Amino acid sequence: MTTATRRAVLLLPVAASAAMAQEGDMAAAERAILAGRTPREAGIAFDMPRLSENGNSVDVAVRVDSPMTAADHVRAIHILSEKNPVPRVASFFLTPRAGRAEVATRIRLATSQQIIVLAETSAGEVHRAAREVIVVLGACVEGG
Amino acid sequence: MASPIVARITLPERARRGEVVTIRVLVRHPMERAIDAPGLTPLPRKILHSMRVTYAGAEVFRAELSQGITANPYIEFTTLAVETGDLVFEWEEDGGATYRREARLVVT
Repeated sequence: MTTATRRAVLLLPVAASAAMAQEGDMAAAERAILAGRTPREAGIAFDMPRLSENGNSVDVAVRVDSPMTAADHVRAIHILSEKNPVPRVASFFLTPRAGRAEVATRIRLATSQQIIVLAETSAGEVHRAAREVIVVLGACVEGG
Repeated sequence: MASPIVARITLPERARRGEVVTIRVLVRHPMERAIDAPGLTPLPRKILHSMRVTYAGAEVFRAELSQGITANPYIEFTTLAVETGDLVFEWEEDGGATYRREARLVVT
């Protein structure tokens, strides 16, 4: 029993990078936000460089097509990362008082990966946009 | 509460009623993310995990942040100019500290 356990431990792949997210973490975070809804791949202008020299600071800007009225507005904008240690990078919560559904920030990226933006509307719809980004110098310590 | 926070809040001094104004917020903060690497003594995570903005009696914007946001976090958002008043920015830091700043918008 003890031997088997020990062997099982030895057989575990040497965690390629313990700090990195596991495959599927982003998918799980996305499912949690979607809560069974099917997103539409439309309505989001997602601006992020295709190649980033420095993963410590990557400019991200998101604009969602929305009239931002009381009846029809964007309630939340989420930024999800495929390979960061924490898949949900940020969530922004808006009201009709925003006037426009527009946010920008700067994020850290561990490595080259896909970034997803989800926008939830007051009507319960979800818009989605995904982009790949190549990161030359990652934000995480190698072998950390 | 009320310890100083270095934040640069950029917004127009005045706006017409109904105009959409862009607000840019840059805070000086390390957003310490608990890196664990050989040779480092890991520090506990200490980030500003939320920023809340109220204006003219209501919350107009809220951000929930992770350690995936850069040090010296930058956030840009918009709001409708509805009346002359203070936009109140409140941050919450890991460990329970809160910070507050105000910025006046004159609406004509």
